Amino acid sequence: MKAAVILFPGTNRERDAERALTLVSRARVSTVWHAETELPAGTDLVLLGGGFSYGDYLRCGAIAARANIMGAVRAHADKGGLVLGICNGFQILCEAGMLPGVLVRNAKLRFVCREVNLRVERADTPFTKAYRKGEVLKIPVAHGEGNYTADEETIRRLESEGRVAFRYARPDGEIDETDGPNGAINGIAGIYSEKHNILGMMPHPENYIEPEIGPTDGRGLFESLAAALKAA
Amino acid sequence: MKARVIVTLKSAVLDPQGKAIEGALRSLGVAGVQSVRQGKVFDVELAGNDRDAAEGVLKDACDKLLANTVIETYRIEFAE
Repeated sequence: MKAAVILFPGTNRERDAERALTLVSRARVSTVWHAETELPAGTDLVLLGGGFSYGDYLRCGAIAARANIMGAVRAHADKGGLVLGICNGFQILCEAGMLPGVLVRNAKLRFVCREVNLRVERADTPFTKAYRKGEVLKIPVAHGEGNYTADEETIRRLESEGRVAFRYARPDGEIDETDGPNGAINGIAGIYSEKHNILGMMPHPENYIEPEIGPTDGRGLFESLAAALKAA
Repeated sequence: MKARVIVTLKSAVLDPQGKAIEGALRSLGVAGVQSVRQGKVFDVELAGNDRDAAEGVLKDACDKLLANTVIETYRIEFAE
């Protein structure tokens, strides 16, 4: 498996993503600078990591979404290639129009940095096969603008097409919007593209992959990717 | 030519920052404020003097970058 981690000025979680991809997915990882126009040949997965690309100027992810490399990322996705956006990466994918909707300021206006309970909505995508449907994961979030919103029609489509990947939940798996970290509609923490080959999510699975750090619930996502790409 | 682009949240979109500012004004004793919504202003200098052309350029700029039309609307004003 070959993975490309895109680096924008202000990205700061690329090393953690690389570590997870190397350790858990056993991927060969290259770091790709935003000014490039092509991905390394044979790239299976593109990862847009967390951070504050371009200092969050204008809107989170807005300027990175228009960077040179995004043309190649879009072409990769159009061919069915896998793309994973975590945190700022999710914001970038929304701003690029590769995922619908937008992430706005957390409802309570605070930067939230804590562990959340995350319910797996489906376990049949390349990102989640190692999990069980309905399983509740412990994964951390760290963001000020993770409040997912979109117009009613878009939300209806996401829900009816099974495109919600993860929701903020209580430990028992119940969804309580007002209890979530950021006020996201329907507790949405991550969504898929139409073909389920693009995933954007606010929580950081790459943080929870080693027992020395704490829970290892993030490993499943990187194991799923490795298995999906091996099978392909 | 000078122009001003004003980007605001659509009326249906919640504006927690505007609400916080509204609350702060109230706690400062500024009376009579019914509601506050926050937006952005861009002052842009354009080459040439053709207003229609400039408006076209600015619309393009708004649609491509300055506004996220999922949640925002924009308005263009020209200095007299």
